[in-house]
Amino acid sequence: MEKRLTVEGLLDMFRLSREAHLVMANGALVTEDHTLERDDRVRIIRVISGG
Amino acid sequence: MKCRVCGRQANIRLPQYNRALCADDFIAFFEKRVATTIRKYRLIGEQDKTLVAVSGGKDSLSLWNLLARLGFPADGIYIDLGIQEYSRVSFEKTKAMADRLQRTLYSFSLSSAFTKGIKELSRIMKRPPCSLCGMIKRYVMNRACTEHGYTVLATGHNLDDEASALLGNLLHWKEEYLWKKGVALDAEGTYLAKKVKPLFLCSEKEAAAYAVMSGIDYVYEECPYSAGAKTLLYKGLLNRAEEASPATKLMFMKGYLRRTRQTHSGTEGKGPKPVCRLCGYPSYGEQCNFCRLMERFGASGTLSFHVYAQSLS
Repeated sequence: MEKRLTVEGLLDMFRLSREAHLVMANGALVTEDHTLERDDRVRIIRVISGG
Repeated sequence: MKCRVCGRQANIRLPQYNRALCADDFIAFFEKRVATTIRKYRLIGEQDKTLVAVSGGKDSLSLWNLLARLGFPADGIYIDLGIQEYSRVSFEKTKAMADRLQRTLYSFSLSSAFTKGIKELSRIMKRPPCSLCGMIKRYVMNRACTEHGYTVLATGHNLDDEASALLGNLLHWKEEYLWKKGVALDAEGTYLAKKVKPLFLCSEKEAAAYAVMSGIDYVYEECPYSAGAKTLLYKGLLNRAEEASPATKLMFMKGYLRRTRQTHSGTEGKGPKPVCRLCGYPSYGEQCNFCRLMERFGASGTLSFHVYAQSLS
């Protein structure tokens, strides 16, 4: 990442709903105010299922 | 953001409850709320024998795991829809949970019973896959209960499932379904097992967080036939409302439950129901949809369940 970014900023960047996604950084769930570091392994989990 | 209980780094924020929690305190908070739902709505009694409908997804696997932790050990039933890799992976995750809990897992395979998976059945029967899948699941899971002595069938329906279904029924004014939702549906005679939804007041995000924090390996992929489902549209609309005004979904469903109790006592439609002439289970016509399907594909009238693991109890 070029500059530091919060989880909230990351979700906004991709226009993802906070209610429909969880974000993990380095294997742990993090809250929206968490600041991501340059080498963090980030995973976005979509939680909504349909049908 | 700090955990409201212990002050450590929080792992999840819950605006609808005006708090943030760490993983340990969230698991305790989530399980306590489900325990309260079970007690308040009398979902499972001490004498009950419970079967959980498991799909390999976050909701059903979380439910199976937490029922055991809350002192309601249950067995599982999995329906293999014959959707190649998706079904194979789902079954693997479900078996892993049966191993973890040391409980019995029954499975029923569409491909074995009808020699066809849900896609082909849907095409031949000219019925959408989701609608056909729902009919088959309701029938097979209920029969698994009655044939194997389970008094309660627990499903992983969550707050978002229920709120989106209610919104859909309201938008289309499907009055025949409008007041039929609930946390529990009582047993009827010996042919319909009691059905309960312990996660009724827990959001989909909470159920997923519980699964992740509890180390539950669930299927992240979506059923390939759910793409474009109206449910996803309604869930999206409700989540936009929830973000702007936290607890909207909870208020919607709690208000619904209050109104159901006040104005719809649940007595409508009670009394003797017509039964299928072939299987003897409740049916709207003289032959139920499932028996019609069996007949169409020359399948035998008996359901064959595969038992994956035998519980130690």
